[in-house]
Amino acid sequence: MKKYILDLKLTAVERLHERYVLLKATDCQKPLPEMQPGQFAQLQIEGSKQTFLRRPISIHYVDRKQNEVWFLVQTVGDGTRQLARMQAGDTLNVILPLGNGFTMPSDASARVLQVGGGVGVAPLLYMGAVMREKGIEPTFLLGARSAGDLLQLDKFRALGRVFVTTEDGSMGEKGFVTQHSLLQQEKFTQISVCGPKPMMVAVARYAKSADTPCEVSLENMMACGLGACLCCVEDTETGNVCVCKEGPVFDIKKLKWQI
Amino acid sequence: MADLRTNIAGLQLCNPVMTASGTFGYGLEFQDFVNLEQIGGIIVKGTTLQPRQGNPYPRMAETAQGMLNCVGLQNKGVDYFCEHIYPQIKDIRTNMIVNVSGNSPEDYAECAARINELEHIPAIELNISCPNVKHGGMAFGTTTDGAASVVKAVREAYKKTLIVKLSPNVTSITDIALAVQDAGADAVSLINTLMGMAIDAEKRKRVLSIGTGGLSGPCVKPVALRMVYQVAHAVRIPVIGLGGISCATDAVEFLLAGASAVEIGTANFLDPAITVKVAEGINAYLDRHGFQSVKDIIGICE
Repeated sequence: MKKYILDLKLTAVERLHERYVLLKATDCQKPLPEMQPGQFAQLQIEGSKQTFLRRPISIHYVDRKQNEVWFLVQTVGDGTRQLARMQAGDTLNVILPLGNGFTMPSDASARVLQVGGGVGVAPLLYMGAVMREKGIEPTFLLGARSAGDLLQLDKFRALGRVFVTTEDGSMGEKGFVTQHSLLQQEKFTQISVCGPKPMMVAVARYAKSADTPCEVSLENMMACGLGACLCCVEDTETGNVCVCKEGPVFDIKKLKWQI
Repeated sequence: MADLRTNIAGLQLCNPVMTASGTFGYGLEFQDFVNLEQIGGIIVKGTTLQPRQGNPYPRMAETAQGMLNCVGLQNKGVDYFCEHIYPQIKDIRTNMIVNVSGNSPEDYAECAARINELEHIPAIELNISCPNVKHGGMAFGTTTDGAASVVKAVREAYKKTLIVKLSPNVTSITDIALAVQDAGADAVSLINTLMGMAIDAEKRKRVLSIGTGGLSGPCVKPVALRMVYQVAHAVRIPVIGLGGISCATDAVEFLLAGASAVEIGTANFLDPAITVKVAEGINAYLDRHGFQSVKDIIGICE
């Protein structure tokens, strides 16, 4: 897919929670390029002395009617804090679309489970929306530390079934996503996961035991995002590969995780 | 429109902007952003005789106005390059230059000999300055004898333009430059990365997998500029300047210091179209100051 450097204009900056912000951006000149669920963008950071590199942020949603792309950002360091300080009308320079997305089910009878943890729910919204367009109802299993960390629940509920776990039990079932009763009750034909690594490893372990195809989205530290610097490598069956170019989505069978 | 053409020991460049090895892939990764033929030369990833897996992750740490890396020359080896990469890049109409590294002078020479056979590769850049590998790399580039031994071995095996990339992690870079000149180098490029370290205060651990890495980005530019100036005033062969160049003014400064061309490295990560913008900016500078040719400003800073 052709990649673009674009100066986008922010149409909205919504604070979802003290640590999370939703950026909506549009291209005022032309339609946004084609993007696939699970792909990401490299966002340029302005005004942070400590931040040198762009920040890789997954594509949260694409609103074709409004010609908008959404980014869900967790404020972790100075760079992401600077993104959270941006305002509607500001210019956001992005490179997109980057990497390879999740495998999309082709068969209407596919039963796809999308598992997200924390800010890792971001790419699943767009994936669910694309599935919905194809007439496939997605099932979301979303985990967080606490009810306040569950993001965009209303948006997920508008697309499909939503199951929730929180570590403190403030919403849904108490515990981790892999402990949710849904996994005992239903079988799926495909599992797509994005979240903290321990969570992805646990889900991968479940998927392997259930003999269900499973893809995970990695977030290794990146510099270029284009496959040039070789910094974000993951050890795989074919050696070290760039997460930015060969991933960020990988079939768990290709990874060397201990599962 | 000024004349941007420049010349590195017989190698004709359409403009003085090249890309630094390890920051531009094989060029193919950047085709969506720039017309590769508008770049004076593309120096592709470091290539070794045998395939190398490189160092473990994490390999990168962000710093103030720069970054550290310890990639460690990950590449699939010269055979893979010749069979699979070369056919994809041989018809790109610019100078496609291969950066060559090794563990011993014999390694370097054998790898260079393989590349000597490739019709559309007019030059190699010899990497005697990689700070991220245990054997070879910088071990050769930090002594005059070590540097000369590699260059002599390669000079016998390699008949086209031989550029030698120098390490800044030395007491006197001009001594190394003079040694490689005497050993048969056609040109030198400098600087490779400066050896550095990052520590995570919260985790109380060093960030990079091998503990140290090479520093690049705007933070190294003043060091690079000083070294380019000193070397350009000491050697007879052309100098290619690099180190933290991120805009046309930076590039002009290196040309004024004595570089016949420049390489852009880390800045490609921030703006994949920076190379062409820098070439345009050099042209604008020349026009603004009434210079007919880029050659008119090379080394004119006293």
